[in-house]
Amino acid sequence: MMRLPLFEFRAPRSIAEAVRILDGEGPQAMPLAGGTDLLPNMKRRQQVPKTLMSLNRISELHGTELNDSSSRLGACVTLSEIAADSRFCNGMTALAQAASFVATPQIRNMATLGGNLCLDTRCNYYNQNYEWRKSIGFCLKKDGDTCWVAPGSSKCMAVSSTDTAPALMALGARVRLISRLGEREVPLAELYQNDGIHYIRRQPNELLTEVLLNPLPGWKSAYWKLRRRGSFDFPVLSVAAAARLSANNMVEESRIVVGSVACLPLVAAEASKFLVGRPLNQDSIAAAAMLAARIAKPLDNTDFDMTWRKRVTAEFVTYALRELRGDDMRGERLLLTRHSSGF
Amino acid sequence: MLRIASRWLREMMPEQKEKSKPPVAGSDSNREGLRVIGTPRRRVDGRAKVTGQTRFADDIFLPRMTHCKLLRSPYPHASIRKIDASRALAHPGVYLVLTGKDLPIQYGILPVSQDEQALCMDHVRHVGDPIAAVIAREELTAFEALDLIDVDYEILPTISNPEEALVTREPRIHEYGEEGNIHKLVALEFGNVEHGFVEADEIFEDTFFYQGSTHLPIEQHASVAIKDPDGKLTIWSSTQTPHYLHRALAKVLEMPPAHIRVIATPNGGGFGGKSDPFNHEIVVAKAALLLDRPVKICLTREEVFYCHRGRHPVLMKFKTGVKKDGAITGMHLQTLIDGGAYGSYGVASTYYTGALQTTTYHIPRYRFEGCRTFTNKPPCGPKRGHGTPQPRFGQEVQLDKIAEKLQIDPADLRLRITEAPNTVTANFLRLGTVNLSECIRRVVRISDWKNKFRKLPEGRGVGLACSAYLSGAGLPIYWNKMPHSGVQLKFDRGGGVSIFCGATEIGQGSDDVLAGIVAEVLGIDPFDIRLFTGDTDLGPVDLGSYSSRVTLMAGNAALQAAERGKALLAEAVALKLEVPRERLRFAGRRVFDSTAPESGVSFAEAICLAEARFGTVGTVGSYTPPKSPALYKGGGVGPSPTYSYSAAVVQVEVNPVTGWVHVPRVWIAHDIGRALNPTLVRGQVEGSVYMGLGEALMEEQEFRRLPKRLSHALVHKFPSMLEYKSPTSLDMPEVVTELVEDPDPRGPFGAKEVGQGPLLPIMPAVANAVYDAVGVRIDEVPITPEKLMKALAEKKAGREARFGPDHFPRVNWPEALRIPPPWEGGDGNAVNDVHREKPRLSKEKVLAP
Repeated sequence: MMRLPLFEFRAPRSIAEAVRILDGEGPQAMPLAGGTDLLPNMKRRQQVPKTLMSLNRISELHGTELNDSSSRLGACVTLSEIAADSRFCNGMTALAQAASFVATPQIRNMATLGGNLCLDTRCNYYNQNYEWRKSIGFCLKKDGDTCWVAPGSSKCMAVSSTDTAPALMALGARVRLISRLGEREVPLAELYQNDGIHYIRRQPNELLTEVLLNPLPGWKSAYWKLRRRGSFDFPVLSVAAAARLSANNMVEESRIVVGSVACLPLVAAEASKFLVGRPLNQDSIAAAAMLAARIAKPLDNTDFDMTWRKRVTAEFVTYALRELRGDDMRGERLLLTRHSSGF
Repeated sequence: MLRIASRWLREMMPEQKEKSKPPVAGSDSNREGLRVIGTPRRRVDGRAKVTGQTRFADDIFLPRMTHCKLLRSPYPHASIRKIDASRALAHPGVYLVLTGKDLPIQYGILPVSQDEQALCMDHVRHVGDPIAAVIAREELTAFEALDLIDVDYEILPTISNPEEALVTREPRIHEYGEEGNIHKLVALEFGNVEHGFVEADEIFEDTFFYQGSTHLPIEQHASVAIKDPDGKLTIWSSTQTPHYLHRALAKVLEMPPAHIRVIATPNGGGFGGKSDPFNHEIVVAKAALLLDRPVKICLTREEVFYCHRGRHPVLMKFKTGVKKDGAITGMHLQTLIDGGAYGSYGVASTYYTGALQTTTYHIPRYRFEGCRTFTNKPPCGPKRGHGTPQPRFGQEVQLDKIAEKLQIDPADLRLRITEAPNTVTANFLRLGTVNLSECIRRVVRISDWKNKFRKLPEGRGVGLACSAYLSGAGLPIYWNKMPHSGVQLKFDRGGGVSIFCGATEIGQGSDDVLAGIVAEVLGIDPFDIRLFTGDTDLGPVDLGSYSSRVTLMAGNAALQAAERGKALLAEAVALKLEVPRERLRFAGRRVFDSTAPESGVSFAEAICLAEARFGTVGTVGSYTPPKSPALYKGGGVGPSPTYSYSAAVVQVEVNPVTGWVHVPRVWIAHDIGRALNPTLVRGQVEGSVYMGLGEALMEEQEFRRLPKRLSHALVHKFPSMLEYKSPTSLDMPEVVTELVEDPDPRGPFGAKEVGQGPLLPIMPAVANAVYDAVGVRIDEVPITPEKLMKALAEKKAGREARFGPDHFPRVNWPEALRIPPPWEGGDGNAVNDVHREKPRLSKEKVLAP
């Protein structure tokens, strides 16, 4: 990996100051939170912002408030903090699991929730250094005009690789975006779009400041992640499932999200709807898993064979739903990760 | 708190602890009166490493230092019509641009493969081949200036694998070699193997594929070169072979070797990947001479993938005949090897794919044919196990199939056919001690094999495999009659001893081995010793840290030098104490009368007495391996003073739906001869298991070819540490290590190698365990869940429950050299070698690494 290119550095102390900088600098400026995604990308010249604006000194972005009426998590809360916070065990388990499965302890100590939600999409043709990309004539996402994954495609097929987004989508989270002109609150599911380049609807002059969650009484959630090594890889398939169960274990409401198989996390609406009014038994889980797996259309641009990723999707949905039901899944988790993660 | 601090002090300063003890002969020693050898110790370079103070090549910063970056070919195969560097030279901050015409002399690690150029002049052969070098004030400036060099290429057709190479005669990647794009063909027959198949009750034919993998050392290659004030060249480099780099620099720079000093800095891992002389080393040396300023280069991780020299991908076919009781009657092995774009160690690697089959089990007749081809990919070379893990995988998996067919437990089958110690094999390798049977018995016991094999529930299984490896190549890379290793000792009046030796510390613990041996002989603490290693100016030649040779060869040289020093000291002390020399003991930093321990002198006094009597005290030692009985052409690859043996049992859990494989535990026994420092030995065993599991389950040096109509690029699929998948410490299973100690008289204190051998049984043991778990054969590595799922589907459909290569392509093998094995009256020579008049090593210069 090359050294970082030169850049200007800003470190505002308030959101107001930050959005003024973003407004003034335009798309050439990028917010810098943990830097665990952006800085390596800059070393490979995938992203070459003129200005980096550190969010580290903005105290408003660091807090977490959890209470009965609503919860908010600052964009700069680190993934380690989320993974270690016992308050996320009730209903919000999926978020804590997702955060704890990101990369390595060192990276989780730096990486932030907001950064993970805005994570650049990934692709084996794109996450390469400058010289490598030059040797294939670059690609659609950066400096070129061909998508090597689907050479006929006019759209970039880079993969959404965030762990926390599917989890938070299953939990029905919203995010707050602030710009100099005002602020807006959008459901997380509407933040993303099906395009590897323009994967996020955040405008360059907007700052993602916090994640908002409604109370989740009676909900359970789980997050499952496929990756080669349990020690640090990005997901190449992920499943987040959340459900509100009645006293007799009937599903009253549910959300299943399949991640890392498209340019954005996919809501498995049919599967979620199917479960409503049914108990979580072997048959309903199998049927829902099949419905959810149907929407996964992985391509040949991540680790593992794409047909295999497609074929194991149903199995991963099954793991998640069985965990919601209360099955002891520690054996399966250990088999996948090779080491125990605390969940 | 105080207690913790004092304990910490004690652990950090064992030499202090030692001092406080009264030196009493015989007490506090392990068996045979050894005090240092065999005791688990903190390694002598451990403190510097764990406190971050070891100075690697990239840690060197010198006044006025400049930085070098290499422009590398973006094309896998092309002619260079023109290079214009004028824009780069004009770039502010750029001092120098070098191109191929500045370094026109070819070089290569083997005398027969002098096919590399520091900067390609007119022909690039793989993506990443260097074309030009920019030397600038800042590294970033040099990088930016690379884009300002204009190169006019003529694109050539590419070859991506050996099968393509066999059928593509033109264009040739190199103008030398056998023919077309075949680099090397080998055919050797030891006894008539067809007779062996006639005698057999069963004949097994299996085809296997072993994917290429790379070394992945944490430290990227780096070098710093300066022109000394007196006009000579000094280069610090992360190299495993300073002596060979020294020779290559002298050749390419056309300088007297006496004016070149190579200092091998401690390597942050090598594994064979830093054993060739590299283009970047030659480039910074040349640039430093031209600029008269220090020039530094540190490769990026991507560039390390382009240097490669890693595991050759090998397709192989085994035909093996056995009797009903498991005795092997004959074996015929064919290997097809993907060499990449350059020779590197490839000729030796080719021989190695057929060399060690005979060292584990008795094979009375053996035929080997090997073919290495050139392809437009980074060159392959020696990676831990060099050429032998691939056929070892095939051999051990096939043996598992044989055992099943013959209905013999695979452990019992192996115990019936293990080769005897002190044997000369069919291909004339002279074995030393062989404790393979004991290794097998140990892993069978500690893994509870008898209650697990074929007895675990569906989805769980165990597999067993064995291996052998050289304790140092018996022949040097270039033909000469000199020692392979030399050591000088300097004795200081203050009681210190300095060791000078060319051996290179690459993390394996070679410094500690030397210090341990010298300390044992002289009765001092290893921390009393100062080491000057890997420096061609300071120490006598050691050929390098490759082929697991340092412990045995540099170790024996150190032993000899230490014994000679001890003799001088003993003579002087004996006169002073007026006791016979034989009664003196060296221990606890004292030299004393063993019958009256209180009568003696300190070690420092002993040196003073010796210096007063003999003058300055310094001794030398050297080691030359015994002559090999393998006199035939190609017999230079495989001989070793002695061989290590390993046996491993791996347990797996396989998910029958997804094909996911989990390894919860590995048991391994290693025939080490003697563990000089058991802590280091266990570290090497566990490190080997780690690397073996990586190759077994996930590592792939894989390439991607883009569609012809679009770009036809042939690129490394993922030259990064994130996407090239290798296990981390967190992904490691529990490893239970057993050391089998039976000192081999050929090794220092009986020691044999441990750096490479324990890697070899892991891959086949995983494959055999997978079969035990779910009943499918994966006849290639890595064993990925995708392949397992396909094989499971085949099994479910009632077809052959297997994933692996289905054919071995036609190769025009030359007539085999026929060498009758010892039991057929052979003398080590071929009976039909028309090229060899005198069967001695005169012509054969392609010898073993």
